[in-house]
Amino acid sequence: MTSHEHLDRDELSARMLGPREAEVTCEQCFEVLDRYVEAELAGADAERLFPGLGPHLAGCPACREDHESLRDYASATS
Amino acid sequence: MIAGAHSSLMSLSRPTHSTLLDDDSRVWLERLRGDGAERDRAHAQLHELLVGAARFEVRRRGRGLRPSDLDDLARQSADDALMAILAKLDEFRGDSRFTTWAYKFALLEAAVAVRRRAWQDREVPLDSDHWALLADRAATPDQDAETGELIGAIGAAIEASLTPHQRRILVAVTLEDVPIDVLAERLNSTRGALYKTLHDARRKLRARLAEKGFDL
Repeated sequence: MTSHEHLDRDELSARMLGPREAEVTCEQCFEVLDRYVEAELAGADAERLFPGLGPHLAGCPACREDHESLRDYASATS
Repeated sequence: MIAGAHSSLMSLSRPTHSTLLDDDSRVWLERLRGDGAERDRAHAQLHELLVGAARFEVRRRGRGLRPSDLDDLARQSADDALMAILAKLDEFRGDSRFTTWAYKFALLEAAVAVRRRAWQDREVPLDSDHWALLADRAATPDQDAETGELIGAIGAAIEASLTPHQRRILVAVTLEDVPIDVLAERLNSTRGALYKTLHDARRKLRARLAEKGFDL
């Protein structure tokens, strides 16, 4: 075991139980990730425009990293 | 192509509507769909943009890897991303800028490549019995009582509710921090399929814990 050893209750719950809300799949996430990121960078309500994507990013470490990278790279190059 | 990177994230649905392309995106599409030297120049120019995105990602996620390895990974990722983009060009509808759409392919390929390279010489823990160590954590003195109670309940729910495959994926991803793309490669699966397994396992655990009176 690794990084969960010092997690508090909320962190442990989030890690092992995932998001409470309905979420999209990894495939659906990738499909709209560019639009989601541009909505975020434009200050739009991305969560409302793409329901279920936020919860997926909270639950899927790989998609979360992909999102962070696209957001940061698009922001840096725009 | 990095097996399982973009290919493991095959789209389930096509865009259902079109919007007006911005000028830059329209020019990109025209040049990439053209022919002769102009198309070759567009491919080369796009490839350089993808190399830039891939370098950003491998430098960000590839700490600990050799600089020469990082550059190789970035160039290979850009190659793979370019192939994926050209194959899916007709699916781009202009709902975002073309470059944002293209960058996501390069970043994905690079991220998967870095995760796999970082784990290539490491054993992936796939012992589903590791979950049992959770119960031991419940008795750790420095664990607060509430957390200890939850840990014990999760351990019991894992034992009672999950299949061996679900236990293995849950433990590897959430407790052992194995990247899901690495797991997918080792198990000859895909990110999407393994995340579905993880999602189903989490739903079962939530249901079991709710039955036991936990409000999570």
